[in-house]
Amino acid sequence: MKQLLKLSVASFLIAGALAVQASTLSDVQSKGHVSCGVSKGLAGFSAADSAGTWTGVDVDVCRAVAAATLGDATKVKFVPLTAKERFTALQSGEIDMLSRNTTWTITRDASLGLNFAGVNYYDGQGFMVKSSLGVSSAMELGGAAVCIQAGTTTELNLADWGKQNGIDYQSVVSDTNAQTLTNYDSGRCDVLTTDASGLYSMRAAANDPSEHVVLPEIISKEPLGPVVRQGDDQWFNIVRWSLNAMITAEELGVTSATVDEVTNNPERERLMGRSGNTHEYVGLTPDWTYNIISQVGNYSESFERNIGINTPIGIARGVNALWTQGGILYSPPFR
Amino acid sequence: MAVNELQSTRKPPISQIGAIVWLRTNLFSSWINGLLTVASLYLLYISIPPLLDWMFLSANFNFGTVNILGFDIKFSEVMADNDSCGKEAACWPFIYEKIYMFIYGFYPREEVWRPDVFYGLTALFILIVRLVRNYKYKNRIILSMVITYPIVSYILIAGGFGLLPVVETHQWGGLLLTLIIASVGILISFPIGVVLALGRQSDLRVIKLFSTLFIEFIRAVPLITILFMASFVLPLFLESGTNFDKLLRALIGIALFQAAYFAEVVRGGLQAIPKGQYEAADAVGLSYFQKNALIILPQALKISIPNIVGSSISLFKDTTLVLIIGLMDMLAMVNMTSQDIYWLGRETEGYVFVTIVFWVILYSMSRYSRKLEIRFNTENKD
Repeated sequence: MKQLLKLSVASFLIAGALAVQASTLSDVQSKGHVSCGVSKGLAGFSAADSAGTWTGVDVDVCRAVAAATLGDATKVKFVPLTAKERFTALQSGEIDMLSRNTTWTITRDASLGLNFAGVNYYDGQGFMVKSSLGVSSAMELGGAAVCIQAGTTTELNLADWGKQNGIDYQSVVSDTNAQTLTNYDSGRCDVLTTDASGLYSMRAAANDPSEHVVLPEIISKEPLGPVVRQGDDQWFNIVRWSLNAMITAEELGVTSATVDEVTNNPERERLMGRSGNTHEYVGLTPDWTYNIISQVGNYSESFERNIGINTPIGIARGVNALWTQGGILYSPPFR
Repeated sequence: MAVNELQSTRKPPISQIGAIVWLRTNLFSSWINGLLTVASLYLLYISIPPLLDWMFLSANFNFGTVNILGFDIKFSEVMADNDSCGKEAACWPFIYEKIYMFIYGFYPREEVWRPDVFYGLTALFILIVRLVRNYKYKNRIILSMVITYPIVSYILIAGGFGLLPVVETHQWGGLLLTLIIASVGILISFPIGVVLALGRQSDLRVIKLFSTLFIEFIRAVPLITILFMASFVLPLFLESGTNFDKLLRALIGIALFQAAYFAEVVRGGLQAIPKGQYEAADAVGLSYFQKNALIILPQALKISIPNIVGSSISLFKDTTLVLIIGLMDMLAMVNMTSQDIYWLGRETEGYVFVTIVFWVILYSMSRYSRKLEIRFNTENKD
């Protein structure tokens, strides 16, 4: 009897939760903005520029969804979240989507009541050394002192990797990013390790960026992507395909400048909503992809604007290039 | 022999005055003090010159042309950017570039006059409190201001009520947010704290028990835990989709926390009041309310002033903890602004700037409390 009572209370609560979250899309359209959880400041991914405008590749995913659903990429309410509170904010409905350099893992995907809608940046843990050290591969790092940030998976990844490859190292642990960089800069360690995207922005912040090299080895997989609540497949599709639209647009050569050109490429016409009725399946207007590309740009535009080789961070496309160009970025077709 | 005029005082012997004697008595009175003096001087020598050099001498002040009160002041041809600033010393143009973020956060730029008026009102508030202090109706004036100031400030900053465009709380940030959290925390928690302190002294068992439990529970928990509760746990209890403002949640947490501390501070003051005061009040037939409002609290609060201000100062500093629940106060802005890809690696300048702003505000608060103490010191006045 007690079990039954518990069960019925639980199912009642779940049903209630589902009823409230029935349609994130109509909710977003009635309030007039997408509420998007972002990082409280991560160079190139989500940070405010001097005019107070949010910029970054994670921010651009939020903007793409706003452009798709509301026709206006500026209609985003950015909610800065710490790493600890991000999932609660999404579960409790405070935000509609999370785009906060969040690594897609089975634990998070399967146990938190969340769904990852794709990958907008393939990250991985790497190493940075001073070029004066003359090291060209992480395999030569035996006996080195390594600067790490405490309490992150970085520490575990490094331990695993050291054990696997029989490399001994000394770890110099500090609490914050800035402190890690100071330790490294002042010579208390020879090597700095963190996610590669972080390494590049740390290099840009160092006293003389040209003195440091990022080694080619990547010792962990950190696919970062947007996350939505479980139980609203329509919204899940919208977020997933907004990101896919940016990737496909790059593949088909559509940029924010060439978005109006009409070509005889049928997939391009389908992507831009000028033929077919794919928009009906996601419940949006035919110009949803047009709005994304014209207001936010394709994946390459977003990447080059925020973290690309010509920005101070200077990340090469590498593994984040399209599958046709040696990377692993791959969007299912718009058909 | 009668002495008809004062003897002229003679100077003390040379062995009792002068710089050398002062040095000997104050800095080198024993060999251990001498050693400490030399060590301290050495520490100052190795820390102060590099600091001055970093902050001023080698620092970059190329702000470009700055308009101050209508006058164009030219610091340099163009404003320095992150690359031309150099990394060896402070780059103050960074602060200049980001000053809006530090002071207003994400507050919409076209509405910036509203926080400006709020800052002005706050200054006016303090000024009026100082000006009317000898005026007959000062209590009424101050009380009415204490009531209207938060309401006016709220309408001004948040908007709504059909008067001003709404600015949602997630756009508040920087010094504005720090001041709002601190002042709301203090204003709300103080009356609650007084009531709790009286409750703890009460003869009514239930009230006494409740007050004691509340105070002891809150004081046994760190503020950071209360903030975590308010930010992460509370939303899970609420019905999904309920939008219970994050800032409001944090403010409630902070106000309850601070109330417990104020309660203990005020209780200290209450216990310092001689029993005769209570008995005298009872003897002339004053009610409980009259006794406390007219006899006990004025005295108890007066002697609690240093501790009340001390608690307020520590609350002001504790407000920086809200950055761990994702509110963008002034300290959180340091990270945000130095993560701009065009101004990477300028955390130190940001931290130094925030330190200076905090020091100025808190030192003024502490000086003000000193003044209040002197003014309210009615005892032993010859």
